[in-house]
Amino acid sequence: MVALITHSPILIIAIPLVAAFLTPLIGMASKKARNALVIVSLAFVAFLVIILARDISINGIHIYTLGATSPELTLPGGAMVPIRIILEVDAMSIFMGIIWATVSLAAAIFSLSHMAGETGQNRFYTLLLLMVTGGFGMMFTGDLFNLFVFLEIASISGAALIAFRTRFADAVEGGFKYIVISAVAGLIFLFGVGLLYAQYNSLNIGFLANAMQYSTLDIIALTLFLMSLTIKTGMVPLHMWYPDSYTVAPANITAMLVITSHACMYAVFRICFSLYGGVLDASVVGWIIVIIGLLTMFVGVTMAVFQTDVMRFMSYHAISQMGYMWLGVGVGLAVLGNPALDTYGRDAISGGIFHILNHAMYKPLLFMTAGALFHRTGTRDLNKMGGLGHNMKFTLILYIIGTLSIAGIPPLNGFASKFLIYESVYQFNPVLAVVAMLVSIITLASFTKAFQSAFTGPQLPEYKDVKEVPKPMLIGMGILAAAIIFTSIFPGLVVEHIVNPATDALINQAAYVNGIMGGGMP
Amino acid sequence: MMEHIPLNFPFLAAALLVGVSFYILIFKRNLIKLIMGIGMLASGVNLFLVALGYRAGGNAPIYTDVPEGPMVLPVPQALTLTSIVINVAVLALMLTMVILIYRHTGSLDSEKSRKMKG
Repeated sequence: MVALITHSPILIIAIPLVAAFLTPLIGMASKKARNALVIVSLAFVAFLVIILARDISINGIHIYTLGATSPELTLPGGAMVPIRIILEVDAMSIFMGIIWATVSLAAAIFSLSHMAGETGQNRFYTLLLLMVTGGFGMMFTGDLFNLFVFLEIASISGAALIAFRTRFADAVEGGFKYIVISAVAGLIFLFGVGLLYAQYNSLNIGFLANAMQYSTLDIIALTLFLMSLTIKTGMVPLHMWYPDSYTVAPANITAMLVITSHACMYAVFRICFSLYGGVLDASVVGWIIVIIGLLTMFVGVTMAVFQTDVMRFMSYHAISQMGYMWLGVGVGLAVLGNPALDTYGRDAISGGIFHILNHAMYKPLLFMTAGALFHRTGTRDLNKMGGLGHNMKFTLILYIIGTLSIAGIPPLNGFASKFLIYESVYQFNPVLAVVAMLVSIITLASFTKAFQSAFTGPQLPEYKDVKEVPKPMLIGMGILAAAIIFTSIFPGLVVEHIVNPATDALINQAAYVNGIMGGGMP
Repeated sequence: MMEHIPLNFPFLAAALLVGVSFYILIFKRNLIKLIMGIGMLASGVNLFLVALGYRAGGNAPIYTDVPEGPMVLPVPQALTLTSIVINVAVLALMLTMVILIYRHTGSLDSEKSRKMKG
């Protein structure tokens, strides 16, 4: 068990990778065995994530040096520079890991039925597991170049999955847009990595943070990192590709894509706080993030109001909700190093991070309910749907849970995180909080509209024989709904044990650096 | 000043490649040209990484038959190889998608083959 915990960071990345290339082999023999392999490997990864999370909450940052005689040996033989590939898992990384493990497991279970009619399913599961590998790699790595590699793994498999249903012309178009954007973003990121390497001769985030001078080249590199990663998260001036790609992907893949864009967001936070933390001109970068966040939430929601395609409508809401996280964390970043950090900055960051958790549960759930509607009706057009609540009662209940949560209606978890953001952002600048509340109201209004046109009303003749979706899809959605309900009932517990440690891990740059630079003991 | 120009030549070439590729990405509407632009961007970034790997007076990090003197750190070369492999995968995937787009819409013009707007 101890060995399992010690090696869990690499196992979490390696198990989906190995399983990805086993699925086509086993799939040739038996479909059931292949499905079992996918689910069992993802469930085992989720188990590893949970025991690793418990270990981190007790023992602090978990370092894993690949190829070293002992995993903590980052600087072998008193070397000045860490020479090996190092995974550094702190409370923030494992927070993202918990989300990714939950959503990928739910999405895999959902796809057992949702993708059952498609050809080439062996390859579908290969790509899905590769995407899981890429996501975990991005969250756990302590090295900028590996961040790029895993970003590309997640992007390539993601693009192939978006275009998976090649019989639809728009699916291929969405996939093509995604891969073009990802390729450009990835290369810009690599250019920034090159700039940092040229000055400090290392790629390790902890080492770079220790040596960082904040010269002109470093500022250019920071700009390149922010540009590339904000393209990937769909922040507003660069959001055009986002709804196109997310609309046409299979619903379970859209659910996973939401989390990969959170992983890119995590990379932004990692770079701003852990890499540039001590030297950054915090108020300038913080204000840039806050303003772009405001634009993101407002433009996203106004574009969502008049959409008639249910997936597209939810994609615009996904953009809009990202704005809350940028706002919360941006405010925290703007006061980094001030005394104001303790009065409201830390709460703002906690609110932003808590909103990542909540969004990562309700938005995949909503995308999956949209996928369930598509699965049974064959259309994504809200105007053609109606009266589906008569036959799809469970989907209706799950949709209501997701809607109330995204709109921030009090007992549900969306309220808890939004309230934390409003309260802390109001102390920073009241106008920001007012815009955030306005966006929340428009969100509720537009989701009510979508609810009304899809589920309520008389039963339409063409949907008379529509049945409830198969059990695996309900189980997949049920996992996320259960997570939402748990967070809604115990928000204090979640904030105290999962969210606040993640916030502290972001703010405490010294601990992150020390994880690498303090590891010279033989 | 003048003696630095030959040393900086690879960086100037990389900057030129990146600049031209951004021009292509922004202004060209043909999807194949777009892919060529991304290929050029990748070459520019790779050239930049390889050029970083050279330090004046260093030897190439090949252990057999190495001359006396310091060797350069082989990390940038390893990065470039990885990046080239990734870009091959990306370009191949993009080209397959363009084939499919052409089959569906009969056009390679990004304005004409678009289905989704707003």
